[in-house]
Amino acid sequence: MSKILVIAEHLDGKLNSSTARCVSAAHAVKPAAIDVLVLAADAAAIAAEAARIEGVSKVLALSRAENAHALAAILAPQIAAVAGNGYSHVFAPSTTFGKDLLPRVAALLGVAQVSDVMTVAATHTFQRPIYAGNAIITVEAPASSVVVATIRTASWPAAASTSTSAPIEAASADVSLPTHTRFVELAQGKSDRPDLQGASKVISGGRALGSAENFAVIYQLADKIGAAVGASRAAVDAGYVPSDLQVGQTGKIIAPELYVAIGISGAIQHLTGIKDAGTIVAINKDAEAPIFEIADYGLVGDLFKIVPELEAAL
Amino acid sequence: MKILVGYKRVVDYNVRIQVKPDGSGVVTDGVKLSANPFDDIALEEALRLREKGIASEVVVVTIGPANAQAHIRNGLAMGANRAIHVVSEEAIQPLTAARAMLKLIDKEQPGIVILGKQAIDDDCNQTGQMLAALWDRPQATFASKIEISGQVARVTREVDAGLETIEVDLPAVITTDLRLNEPRFIKLPDIMKAKSKPLETLQFADLAVEAGDHLKTTRFEPPAKRSKGVMVKDAAELVAALKAKGLL
Ligand SMILES: Cc1cc2nc3c(=O)[nH]c(=O)nc-3n(C[C@H](O)[C@H](O)[C@H](O)COP(=O)(O)OP(=O)(O)OC[C@H]3O[C@@H](n4cnc5c(N)ncnc54)[C@H](O)[C@@H]3O)c2cc1C
Ligand SMILES: Nc1ncnc2c1ncn2[C@@H]1O[C@H](COP(=O)(O)O)[C@@H](O)[C@H]1O
Repeated sequence: MSKILVIAEHLDGKLNSSTARCVSAAHAVKPAAIDVLVLAADAAAIAAEAARIEGVSKVLALSRAENAHALAAILAPQIAAVAGNGYSHVFAPSTTFGKDLLPRVAALLGVAQVSDVMTVAATHTFQRPIYAGNAIITVEAPASSVVVATIRTASWPAAASTSTSAPIEAASADVSLPTHTRFVELAQGKSDRPDLQGASKVISGGRALGSAENFAVIYQLADKIGAAVGASRAAVDAGYVPSDLQVGQTGKIIAPELYVAIGISGAIQHLTGIKDAGTIVAINKDAEAPIFEIADYGLVGDLFKIVPELEAAL
Repeated sequence: MKILVGYKRVVDYNVRIQVKPDGSGVVTDGVKLSANPFDDIALEEALRLREKGIASEVVVVTIGPANAQAHIRNGLAMGANRAIHVVSEEAIQPLTAARAMLKLIDKEQPGIVILGKQAIDDDCNQTGQMLAALWDRPQATFASKIEISGQVARVTREVDAGLETIEVDLPAVITTDLRLNEPRFIKLPDIMKAKSKPLETLQFADLAVEAGDHLKTTRFEPPAKRSKGVMVKDAAELVAALKAKGLL
């Protein structure tokens, strides 16, 4: 029977919703147990949050001073040790946290990793995207070894939270940890706006905005409807917005209910990040822009005229 | 200090990939092949570290078919001192690539290994992290800034929450993100010069890498298509349509 270990992602003492999405993917394997592993300096509060995710069998709280920051070189040996306790699968979200961490775990276990699981076909069979989502492949992991996989969060809903709590156990991993990797700082884009990866509405701007100052029109429109703000790579490269707003193959893969692309041409690398969105709206002055091929609603025109009109019409 | 750079050849990022009708793979016959964009960035960074006097030698490593020679010459033309071509007609998976690179590390003893954060064909984003684990050395993934002082690298990483800075002791594996640098263009005279640079060719089998790619791909499919929607004439019509759908 399958027994799945889900690695919790958290920041500033709060569980990331990517964890509940991994639990959804774990459900799809129809396992005997889904355990969530929380690694932190003090895991108690985060573990309590994880224990309320529906379908979780138990939460393992691994508190250790070295776990204050999510450094892969430090977390991976602990996870590999815990995985050795009879787990058939180890899942983590394919956010930058999981992408950095899980291959290191896989290599310590001497197994391959399945990246970006979109669907679970069977306990060892999964679908994942390649070539920026231009092809979807079905891959089979060997039945004899642990399956290590990152979960494409945009493909999975967050498992619901329950009022009852799964049991929480203190865990330990008797491994020595390296000192060769040290956290220095995290510069976070502080914002009261919804988180890009969890938001139900996202408004994105592209190169057409032309400057950081002009990008203000995107923020204003987003605030008016309570949306998160995203951007194309070109807008990030040009310095209009910080890098954590990039949507696409090499940025964030998102699945909001509403996605509005403003002054974005619709390069394949951008589209791969949004094709699970519920409704896509495109505003572009070029009627031939590829973004219109996948947009549910398209509007041709100058964004600097249309965006204020939209704001007024709301 | 020597820097080893991963330099994979992939289908060019501008090519529209088509899945073969029988689901056995994607069409790669006659399509344009190029260096993985992240590996161009890796090579550029290594060259800059050499130009700053931090590195003394830059070695590009390609694991790929025998006909990847022209690709490797591009890496030499861009400025690498020499190249290692591990010839494998079969595509190999990240764990195997990492194991093969570890063999080269044993021989070359680099101070830094720079790889791309992901190859844009398999989109795995695994090899650097796996190599660091097998080598038992630090990893600094998704780098957008690298500063070396003595035996320590201070690396700024693009993470979902923003920009994270970590410090790692060398030797270490670093993987590149898009904003680390902008790769230089190859100049014609450099292509000529590259012809005389050393290129070592090894057979994959001779590396005696632990056998076995582990994942079996059983099927290729095109992605689900989104159907083309409607065009609206102005902002008012758009707002009305979105309101009708309950999205606003
Ligand atoms: C390896 C690799 C990875 C990449 N990863 C990503 C990724 O993750 N995300 C990403 O977004 N890109 C990515 N890219 C880049 C991608 O290929 C495109 O270059 C990028 O998405 C283009 O951004 P853009 O649409 O903002 O700019 P452009 O392509 O320049 O488009 C600007 C658009 O704005 C329109 N426009 C101009 N002025 C106005 C106006 N006044 N009003 C209305 N419309 C106007 C134009 O008609 C045009 O369609 C990647 C590329 C590579 C090689
Ligand atoms: N066959 C290969 N030849 C050279 N470098 C490779 C090869 N495979 C992977 N790499 C390196 O590993 C990085 C990440 O690849 P991947 O894990 O497949 O996404 C690439 O950007 C390369 O730097």
